Amino acid sequence: MRIENVVCPFCGCLCDDIVVEVEDNRIMAVKKACANGRSLFLNAHTQAKQPTVDGEEVKWPQAIDAAARILTDAANPLIYGLSSTASEAQRKAIALADLLGATIDSTSSVCHGPTTIGIQSQGEPTCTLGEIKHRADLVIFWGCNPAEAHMRHFARYSVSARGSLTPQGRRDRIVVVVDVRPTHSSRNADIFLQPRPGFDYEVLTALRALLKGEALDVTEVGGVNVAQLADLLERMKSCRFGVIFFGMGVTQTEGKYLNIVELLTLVAELNAHTRFTAMAMRGHGNVAGADCTLTWQTGYPFAVNLARGYPQYNPGEFTAVDVLARQEADAALIIASDPVAHFPRQASQWLSQIPTIVLDPEGNLTARIARVVLPTATYGVSAAGTAYRMDNVPLPLKKVVDSPRPADEQVLDWIIERVKTCSA
Amino acid sequence: MGVMSEFILITGRTTEQGTALHKGKDSDEYRQATGFVVMSRADRERLGVEEGRSVRVRTAFGETELELREGELPSGIIFVPMGPAANTLIAAETRGTGMPDSKGLEVEVEPL
Repeated sequence: MRIENVVCPFCGCLCDDIVVEVEDNRIMAVKKACANGRSLFLNAHTQAKQPTVDGEEVKWPQAIDAAARILTDAANPLIYGLSSTASEAQRKAIALADLLGATIDSTSSVCHGPTTIGIQSQGEPTCTLGEIKHRADLVIFWGCNPAEAHMRHFARYSVSARGSLTPQGRRDRIVVVVDVRPTHSSRNADIFLQPRPGFDYEVLTALRALLKGEALDVTEVGGVNVAQLADLLERMKSCRFGVIFFGMGVTQTEGKYLNIVELLTLVAELNAHTRFTAMAMRGHGNVAGADCTLTWQTGYPFAVNLARGYPQYNPGEFTAVDVLARQEADAALIIASDPVAHFPRQASQWLSQIPTIVLDPEGNLTARIARVVLPTATYGVSAAGTAYRMDNVPLPLKKVVDSPRPADEQVLDWIIERVKTCSA
Repeated sequence: MGVMSEFILITGRTTEQGTALHKGKDSDEYRQATGFVVMSRADRERLGVEEGRSVRVRTAFGETELELREGELPSGIIFVPMGPAANTLIAAETRGTGMPDSKGLEVEVEPL
């Protein structure tokens, strides 16, 4: 069976043109997907797997019971992850956090959390990737490497994509990469600016000064020649539609959200001259959905605590790395993410000290240290649902094969029902 | 003890890290995709280490041994793919943002 227009749930591009060939409930071929997407579909688990408690296989009701008891016994449970599951499951996770009075945080906090803080300060220019495909003639990638992290971004949306006002695709666009190192993306660029690590704020401020007509009494800023900056600024002012896509190179370096405030301020000021926008290169398939769902349910996009019976938001206090490194969480439910593989050691070590529950299709590194492991279906492959693209456009995910495993949403529902009876 | 040298560490995604994680994080592919450090040829020659040999990378927060690879990087910068090895080098301090300093860390590299 050939299934067309499948949405790949791997990264924030959510490419919706994937073709999957299925025979006898097995994925035989994946077409149009990038290496990451193909690997996700071809390695997705469709065989049954029992949950485990303390390393022993148990039946689902026992595993749910163990998970519910851990969570109800805890004074400060943490629910973390959410970015590689559907928004329907994210919504259930938030309901569970509300029921428990838990802290809930998504992988946003270690990717574009600083972007969100910057947006809360400065505001956010929005547009869809479709507008960029059809209109953008100046495309800047700042501190991101889509050639390796969002492999089809160039072809589908931003560089070689042909739109109504960009009929010649690549030839109708000037492509700029700003990065501290040459990458596969910078090799595709017309202009490559290479600041020193940690100097993005200074370079952005210099561009703002030049935009205001100030003369700079230096020849270089943060390792970038001022003449190059002046040339880039002229292109920014004179383009028809410009966009800055930005990534971890700006959010994970010194300055963090202040870099984003400066970048968004520059973009806002450029709108006095032309149409200019900015967009975060969201990593996981539904990390934008985690922000959207948490905001629509609690008013805040990440780092939310519900212990007082109403939502409180405070990055640095209720963000997962901090809650773990300060040893404040006394139990954790990790949904569709792998903090042991991706958190600083001091934070991930605490997860192995407290009772941890993992809800994930993969046998990841966090599952190895978890007390309860709940193997679920893979969203977008063996479970349907909704995911938000990096431009916050929601797309329906298909179920292309059946799995004997329950979906994340179903398992969270079971935990919620069991917690209600534990608490009663 | 070999000669130590100071660098700025950048961590990040690579294609290999992205595709290997679907094969399982206990797979050899994932370990290989996340267990190396890249530096420029000039820096590698200055350190006097051959490609494929191990070096010790150390920050104020931890240390790890990684296979050395040569790549197109500015002198003074090293790259380690995101993953368990990179995590041993990063502090959990987020300065009130929730985000650790995952890029731009000062590190020492010591040939083994």
